[in-house]
Amino acid sequence: MNRFAELLDRLAYEPGRNNKLRLITAYFRDTPDPDRGYALAALTGALSFKHAKPGLIRDLITDRTDPVLFGLSYDYVGDLSETVALMWPKGAVHRDEPLLGHPSPRPSPARGEGAERNAGQSSRTESKAAATTLAVPSPLAGEGQGEGYHTGGADDDPRRSGHNNPPPPTLTEVVTTLRTLGKTELPKQLARWLDELDETGRWALLKLVTGAMRIGVSARLAKTAAAHLGDKDAHDIELMWPGLSPPYLDLFAWLEGRSEKPVNRDPTPFRPVMLAHAIEEADFAGLDAADFIAEWKWDGIRVQAVAGRDERGHIQARLYSRTGEDITKSFPDLVPSLHLPGAIDGELLVLREGRVQTFNVLQQRLNRKVVSPKLIKEYPIHLRAYDLLGDDENDLRELPFIERRARLEAFVKKLDDVRIDLSPTVAFDSWEQLAGARANPAQAGAGADADAVEGVMLKRRDAAYLPGRPKGQWWKWKRDPHLIDAVLMYAQRGHGKRSSYYSDYTFGVWTSGEGGEELVPVGKAYFGFTDEELLQIDRFVRRNTTEKFGPVRHVVHEPDQGLVLEVAFEGLARSPRHKSGVAMRFPRISRLRWDKPPREADRLETLERMLKSDASITAP
Amino acid sequence: MRPQDILLPAPAGLCCKPGGFHIDPVRSVERALITHGHSDHARPGHGAVLATQETLDMMRLRYGENFAGSTQAIAYGEEIRLGDVTVKFHPAGHVLGSAQIAVTCKNTCIVASGDYKDATDPTCKPFEVMPCDVFITEATFGLPVFRHGNAADEVKKLLASVALFPERAHLVGAYSLGKGQRVIALLREAGYDAPIYLHGAMEEITYYYQSRGITLGELRPAKGMKKADLAGTITLAPPSATSDIWTRRFPDPVTAFASGWMRVRARARQRGIELPLVISDHADWDGLTATIEATGAGEIWVTHGQEDALVHWCKTKGLAARPLDLVGYGDEDEHEAPQKGEAEA
Repeated sequence: MNRFAELLDRLAYEPGRNNKLRLITAYFRDTPDPDRGYALAALTGALSFKHAKPGLIRDLITDRTDPVLFGLSYDYVGDLSETVALMWPKGAVHRDEPLLGHPSPRPSPARGEGAERNAGQSSRTESKAAATTLAVPSPLAGEGQGEGYHTGGADDDPRRSGHNNPPPPTLTEVVTTLRTLGKTELPKQLARWLDELDETGRWALLKLVTGAMRIGVSARLAKTAAAHLGDKDAHDIELMWPGLSPPYLDLFAWLEGRSEKPVNRDPTPFRPVMLAHAIEEADFAGLDAADFIAEWKWDGIRVQAVAGRDERGHIQARLYSRTGEDITKSFPDLVPSLHLPGAIDGELLVLREGRVQTFNVLQQRLNRKVVSPKLIKEYPIHLRAYDLLGDDENDLRELPFIERRARLEAFVKKLDDVRIDLSPTVAFDSWEQLAGARANPAQAGAGADADAVEGVMLKRRDAAYLPGRPKGQWWKWKRDPHLIDAVLMYAQRGHGKRSSYYSDYTFGVWTSGEGGEELVPVGKAYFGFTDEELLQIDRFVRRNTTEKFGPVRHVVHEPDQGLVLEVAFEGLARSPRHKSGVAMRFPRISRLRWDKPPREADRLETLERMLKSDASITAP
Repeated sequence: MRPQDILLPAPAGLCCKPGGFHIDPVRSVERALITHGHSDHARPGHGAVLATQETLDMMRLRYGENFAGSTQAIAYGEEIRLGDVTVKFHPAGHVLGSAQIAVTCKNTCIVASGDYKDATDPTCKPFEVMPCDVFITEATFGLPVFRHGNAADEVKKLLASVALFPERAHLVGAYSLGKGQRVIALLREAGYDAPIYLHGAMEEITYYYQSRGITLGELRPAKGMKKADLAGTITLAPPSATSDIWTRRFPDPVTAFASGWMRVRARARQRGIELPLVISDHADWDGLTATIEATGAGEIWVTHGQEDALVHWCKTKGLAARPLDLVGYGDEDEHEAPQKGEAEA
């Protein structure tokens, strides 16, 4: 458990993806089965046991510590699990004995100094005295007249690890015990483990049992790290994953070359998705319009809907995100529609009375743990199908797109379900004609759904379905983003590689406030600029800081002084949470307008005009 | 004699009227007794300064020859009479030359411990418990969440990271006086014998430690090194430098910070630290409480830090306790670095 805790601890601070991978792979390499398998399960969210409630943890600590000290500590630390992990009394067996087991003598200046040197008979004193005599020679040793005795700190106390306490639990013990433990036994068991673990171990245990890991590692990342152990492709693990279960002994045996590849007998496996390249102006010269089919690019989320028969012949259905996360539980209303065995690649949308709603509406359905009937009714979910990867037992991925499309059309027709329809193609003979359709989807077939179109997709007629982002097969041609000129207001340091740069920017636009014209923040952006531009903004921030609030710098933003940023964004929504009342989708810095004085930046009214007067739209 | 007739908090610092001096005064005074060389305790401009030789040397390094009207060095255990009181300096285990000051008047002994720690430190003489009637303690880490583990384990964490990321540079933020040298000494104890690199602001004081016989192995200035040559190396720097433009000379640096504050995640994250190392030059909660009990003092005065919790704890143990409300003593990492990149306590 302590080794796993160390990993979680380090991951929680590490911002870089590649470095996270290295840390996890190193852990898998150094940790034996079955611990590493349970760690993989914990990181991929594949563990299932009843989580402990915060109230239980709070009860445990208040039984063991002074409530005033706990209160002050909790206020300071701010996180319950962490506070408990840090202040859990150690050596609970001896908890009731004072640290120094002797009454201290009344001191008197007349007393011979050093007379009490050996009075401290507690373990702490003894061990510390031993430790200090062993310390590296100091130039002062022997120089001063060492009087008194040493109390001893936590350092070097051999008893911390060496005494008769049982060894700390392994991750395997924790996971397997939690799976079978009754609710009434949990507090006692938890207390026992907390006694046995160190600070980091306790923190990790509490994160694990409360189900609040939040260390910035996706299931996909953890699987990729496992793949690196055996120089394998993460896609392979993704394919076999639904057939595997913790502690994944077969998986690790294969990764280490000790056995054959595990076979996936799962009826509803995830298939790694095919992705598109963003097309640039120059790319069109080398492309023949006749080789491509175009579809609308819908502003929803990419999903894979898979149905298959289990051993007993019953239909099972699963919905995966583009990274292979199982998101079926968030969309129970779509499952009955997946009643034919097959694998559809498509876009998840919300449809109301047949009309596609914007992404802002769809967002109400994302990342929900609990899906209420009200939510299902108000945000009816829909699948717009654009590819068919499997039809019953047949793998279609090797077929050219044009053939898969024909199979898809037949499949959707056979499904005959109101929640699943076909993504329509966009007719065109030349790139000019397609450019026209992209500029005006409403007139080119998208009709009233045009607001949910974020561009067009181009797919080669002869393209097989290849995982990843193969060159030249699929292209996305997005509509031009919205642009506004905003004024830089605050800057914050970035993370990792960017920790020495002010790279996170809050920007605002003008509005009429109580005190006249004022800037109101409308968004935050931390990418879109080049490395050279980052250096320039960083320099500007450092030279024009008016105030500092912790890591945040207040940058000069007056009508005639300040930096104007051209900000590109994909969409706009009303947001009661922002002072400005609007929230941007996907904002990024598109240009630095050194030439423009801040007074000429855009106004809030401009953004408000961009907003559709759809009262149901709110930001996430 | 009442203790408050011997020592009393005053705007300039802890004042001893019968002895005619202040301890660690924050303003210029006629006669100052200085516990240790950190800039919030050792300030320039006093008439006469009494301190250990190391503390005087450090003040000279920082403030120049004329940092005080006159100076007098005192050895650990040496007794000096000042006015109606006698004073003695005892090791505080905080940094090289750090001392607790015992002030005795008639039958009453008060120990002003300055900053102290009871954990082992290869770069300074270990803390000694001084029996007394009134013990004046700091409370920098005066909450039971602060329990600093074994510093050697934290250094192992650093070395494991260096082994895992040999193509990256490791930058260790550490206060330039004391912590930096302790981290270097701990690295050497752990068997790390490659050259260790120093930020410019750490050079002078670190070389001073070496001149006092502290073994720190081969040290090199980071300045002038080629970026690629810093891969796989460890560099010590003042904390403020680890998030500054200066770091751009290092290949994909891993930012570490050696401080007791690193025990709390939010503190580490707030600073953008990737590798927090819980290494403190102050006593942790267990150290503070064990020391208070060991002094046998019936009355505890608590100075800078988390006074509330420690005062509360003393009261539950039946000890008279009060916060001293002295101002001007910093949290080591709270202030931005002044001119020379110094920030410490």
